[in-house]
Amino acid sequence: MAASRLTRRTALAGSWAALAGTLAARNAFATADQARDWIGAMAKGTPKDGKVVLKTPEIAENGNAVPLTVTVESEMSEKSYVKAIYIAADGNPNPGVAVYEFTPLSGKAEVSLRVRLQQTQKLVVVAEMNDGALYTASREIKVTIGGCGG
Amino acid sequence: MADDIKPRLRVPTSARKGEVIEIKTLVTHPMETGQRKDGDGKIVPRLIVNALAVTYNGKPVLNAKLEPAVSANPYLAFFVKVEESGTLKFTWTDDNKQSWTAESKIEVA
Repeated sequence: MAASRLTRRTALAGSWAALAGTLAARNAFATADQARDWIGAMAKGTPKDGKVVLKTPEIAENGNAVPLTVTVESEMSEKSYVKAIYIAADGNPNPGVAVYEFTPLSGKAEVSLRVRLQQTQKLVVVAEMNDGALYTASREIKVTIGGCGG
Repeated sequence: MADDIKPRLRVPTSARKGEVIEIKTLVTHPMETGQRKDGDGKIVPRLIVNALAVTYNGKPVLNAKLEPAVSANPYLAFFVKVEESGTLKFTWTDDNKQSWTAESKIEVA
């Protein structure tokens, strides 16, 4: 008898742990540090403020499709061009959003896309120049209805 | 589902030499994030378009790597500088390594 009760208690404890695990997983959002690390793994160095312009609505009613335009103020010649743009978000389940790689043929370092945002959070953009210089900008977006299909 | 996927383009057909033109692309794709659960509580596996490569006359213009945070039916707009007449080629690839291509000709006057 004692053995069976123990088993049941153990089983119960196990299911509680599993439940706690699920809850924790549901609430596991990326942090600002993770967003920075995600970019940092690809763009090595310390980014400076400037050059990058991030256009978004201040308040996004629908987090499923938030329009976003990133512009880097730079010429796009063989000598000096924007090599890449890294976009990350610090309040989604995963920090990564998108990476764009350019060539001088791109003509202009500007991209538009629509992103999913789970909650009010900050978008971080880092631009990498062909000489390795890094520039960054970030912007907070208030989200009314989250959009990660949770 | 995967058969309904169709790329759409908005590209000017003519341009001046050296002009920087805007390209708008959209591919109809559900972009499953791998976070969503179906009616039985099972997680719907991740299936997204994770890359778009653009070339002009075979020369790379832009490579985009997308994460699940990009909305369904990914709409991407960007620019290209055209020096001579040619063909823009777009290739989208998804997590199953399936790919879709589209082409657009540009006449430089």
